[in-house]
Amino acid sequence: MNNYELYTGLILLLPLAGFITLSLTGKRFTPRGAGILATLLLVLTALLSWVVAYGYFFEFGKQAGIYQPCRLIDFEWLPFTDTLSINMGITLTPIIAMMLIVISTVSLLVHLYSTGYMKGEERLGSYFAYLQLFTFSMLGLVMAFNIFQIYFFWELVGVSSFLLIGFYFKLPAAIAAAKKAFIVTRFADLGFLIGILMLGTGAGSFDIEQIISRLTDPGSSYLAAFTDSSFLGFSTLTWALLLVFAGGAGKSAIFPLHVWLPDAMEGPTPVSALIHAATMVVAGVFLVARLFPVYAISAPAALEVIAILSAFTALFAAIIACTQTELKKVLAYSTISQIAYMLLALGVAGWSKEAAEGYTASMFHLFTHAFFKAALFLCAGVIIHIVHSGKLEDMGGLRRSLPITHIAFLLAALSISGCPFLSGFFSKEAILAATWTSHPVLYVVALLTSGLTAFYMFRIYFLVFFNKKATDEKAHEPWQMALPLIVLTIGTVFAGYIPFGELVSADGMPYKLHVSVLSSLLPVSAALIGILTAASFYAVRNDRPTMFAKSLGGFYQWAYHKFYIDTVYLFFAKQVMDKGFGGLFSFIDTHIIQGTLNGLAEGSYSFSVLIKRMQSGRIQTYAFFFLGGVLLMAILLIIQYI
Amino acid sequence: MEQIPLSHILILSSALFFLGAYGFFARRNLITVLMSTELILNSVNINFVAFNKYLYPEQLEGVFFTLFIIIVAAAEVSLSIAIIINLYRKFKTIDIDDTTTMKY
Repeated sequence: MNNYELYTGLILLLPLAGFITLSLTGKRFTPRGAGILATLLLVLTALLSWVVAYGYFFEFGKQAGIYQPCRLIDFEWLPFTDTLSINMGITLTPIIAMMLIVISTVSLLVHLYSTGYMKGEERLGSYFAYLQLFTFSMLGLVMAFNIFQIYFFWELVGVSSFLLIGFYFKLPAAIAAAKKAFIVTRFADLGFLIGILMLGTGAGSFDIEQIISRLTDPGSSYLAAFTDSSFLGFSTLTWALLLVFAGGAGKSAIFPLHVWLPDAMEGPTPVSALIHAATMVVAGVFLVARLFPVYAISAPAALEVIAILSAFTALFAAIIACTQTELKKVLAYSTISQIAYMLLALGVAGWSKEAAEGYTASMFHLFTHAFFKAALFLCAGVIIHIVHSGKLEDMGGLRRSLPITHIAFLLAALSISGCPFLSGFFSKEAILAATWTSHPVLYVVALLTSGLTAFYMFRIYFLVFFNKKATDEKAHEPWQMALPLIVLTIGTVFAGYIPFGELVSADGMPYKLHVSVLSSLLPVSAALIGILTAASFYAVRNDRPTMFAKSLGGFYQWAYHKFYIDTVYLFFAKQVMDKGFGGLFSFIDTHIIQGTLNGLAEGSYSFSVLIKRMQSGRIQTYAFFFLGGVLLMAILLIIQYI
Repeated sequence: MEQIPLSHILILSSALFFLGAYGFFARRNLITVLMSTELILNSVNINFVAFNKYLYPEQLEGVFFTLFIIIVAAAEVSLSIAIIINLYRKFKTIDIDDTTTMKY
């Protein structure tokens, strides 16, 4: 394996070097220089990632026709005892190679886009430093083979997300959103940490490959001990895996931990494209996929929970997306819905050859989604840049002034809706087919979501590009912004033709995803209905949307207010936590703890006042006390001898 | 010659001791209080000498101890007198009940 160790090491170290350089000496660079440096580093990283991924898939990854995990770098990081240590390093599996391509490519395009989009902003050095930090930590996360290393980089990813959401730190909304994102995901990570510890204890190792081999072998003593005891109907192993999934649900914005993602749109738009659409938010999907054999073989109950929760989230987010009035908020809810789609596919997948279709489908959708969702966000960035507002009501009629954006947006929207021959079609069909074979009920939910997806995507498409009289003035996209859009659009169109099943499957064996005309009939017609409804509502301004909203009555209001989830959380935080528990604890603190200490002080003070009279200054009184003492001792002595 | 019995000497020293103690507790003039302490010390001295003579006639520790006590008492008296003179300069009295400023 010529030099691949070096390449993968460089993939990780180049963005880290960029982060260190830019954060230490960022002010010495001109804003332009910082952008160019960061982009060049990412060009190298992306090239190396492609080389490594190509090498893995076509040169050294396969052994006897099966893709094997391939460990390139391995060093001991924290040796605790002779048997327990935490290793760090780099490993490659098919999904890791795929994630490398996604992360480095999208990150490169976002860097390039940012040099145009962020022109004239303050603190560009820090901005690019944060982007580099994010890229470094995300790459470290996916390439880890130790679950503790994953956790470590997981938190780094969270921090860089926090920093970038709060980049406009003068806006109170951005600060609030950054805090919300950090706290919600931290809360989820608590579950993740407990899950890791349970899993590590149960398997006797933190090494993912070892965990998988020990917990999937039916004869292994670890597995027997782990599934022996149960709590509330689930075995300990299932609970451990559900807790790990809780961490993933936090990052991937699965109900009920989805509340941070829409708010995270306060960050700069390229950041939303990179972190909150294409890469970081799929970390949860990646995590479940990485541990998939354990889920599928030893704890199918956990997968069942994931499937149901994800199906609900997908529909729920899609309904909210239809009612939102801000461009990026719609895209954010769309992201939540699509990620839930991927997790749904993982949830319905099983281990055996046919049943594992969902796994491949999920990874496929992750791959294609990264392209079209990043494209959509970058389009949104261009639009917001031109309109100077994120509200849909301020947009409209932009089809002629932004031709490149228009076409990119249209293709991406068609792709996400599942229009045939675009990438989203293939991955979505695969997910729906996998769902149909295992969970027909969830298939209905997924189908409904698919129709809604087409509706809300075309709702914003028409609201942005039609709905008003087209303006003719050309608002030129700068090339740094146009080029990423074009590249992503090419990806959106052609990514579906990659023989994905050959490369990525649950057990490493090549597998063929089949899309039949018959099974795609229903989803495509659902999408068509969605698109046509959107066209009739929004292509030309009319009062049908308001009429329709009125006819839905309370439900529309309910969805418009995001089903009041935020309100419930706020109520919980303010009334229950702040006033309820906070009040109780403050009462205990002031009245019981402080009271005890004050009482002790008061007591000793008044006792001193009481006895200070004894110090009278009269020598003869002292002498009396002395005499008394001597007499007392004498009496005691005498008593002893009697 | 018949010896004086030990009990007689002890009665004498006890009488001397309680006289001194009474003076120490009851008198108000500081000089008298000082004199009372001397009485107490001397009663102890008598005890030492008597016990030495009657119990261990071949040894001399008791006598030496007495000599030490006399020396220390002399030094103590000179010190006490100095204190009393200073007290008198400050309070214009040597009444023990009027010099009670060293208190809480």
